[in-house]
Amino acid sequence: MGMRNRPVSPHLQIYRPQLTSILSILHRLTGVALAAGTALLVLWLIAAALGPGPFAIAQAVIASWIGRLLLFGWSFALFYHSVNGIRHLLWDVGLGYGLAAVYATGWAVLLISTALTLGAWSWGYAIMGAW
Amino acid sequence: MSSPNLARHGHGRGHWWAQRLTALALLPLLAWFVASLVALTGASHGAVIAWFETPVTAAAAIVLLAAMFYHSQLGLQTVLEDYVDDGPLFRAAILLTRLASFALAAVSIAAVLAMALGG
Repeated sequence: MGMRNRPVSPHLQIYRPQLTSILSILHRLTGVALAAGTALLVLWLIAAALGPGPFAIAQAVIASWIGRLLLFGWSFALFYHSVNGIRHLLWDVGLGYGLAAVYATGWAVLLISTALTLGAWSWGYAIMGAW
Repeated sequence: MSSPNLARHGHGRGHWWAQRLTALALLPLLAWFVASLVALTGASHGAVIAWFETPVTAAAAIVLLAAMFYHSQLGLQTVLEDYVDDGPLFRAAILLTRLASFALAAVSIAAVLAMALGG
């Protein structure tokens, strides 16, 4: 393209990490992780559609410790990407651009997505009668 | 996000809007879907099938899957545009994410329909 040697602006390794940049990177990381995770949702749907046998296998895989670990990570990614997505949509309509607002909503997103993740898992375990 | 990347695909504005509209659709759909799945924790196969046999569930699940795969394909394309130089690799990667997203959407919607229609 003839643009390979053009000067570039200072990049990630130049800037000191800060909440704003970390949350931005996390939004992209969780987005990519969720895209990969959709494949697992598809497998679960196929297993359920195939019948009780395949469904039982899928449920056993999810209930295993590695299944739960993946699902826990995936659930946080989903809550984070959704709640931070609302933050992005508000920016799109011009809201919350002040430096104080950017930090306040950033911390709020972390708090809310963590609370939603823990809440969803507590609810699930309560249904299982584990507590 | 830079203009040369958007120009590469020639429809940056449509991409931008589709990304936001699918995001808006996904927020309520995911809240409902995730809450329903958590409520189905440890449920029997029969209970899961019974849930998908409800017409509203099946319809909402299909809209959710379509919006989700469209949204994730747009997102993956943005990531590729940002990190991969234009060329055969870039084009192949874009084509692959589109094909994979379409195939996964089609298969998962077929699975929901099979459960909804008792196939």
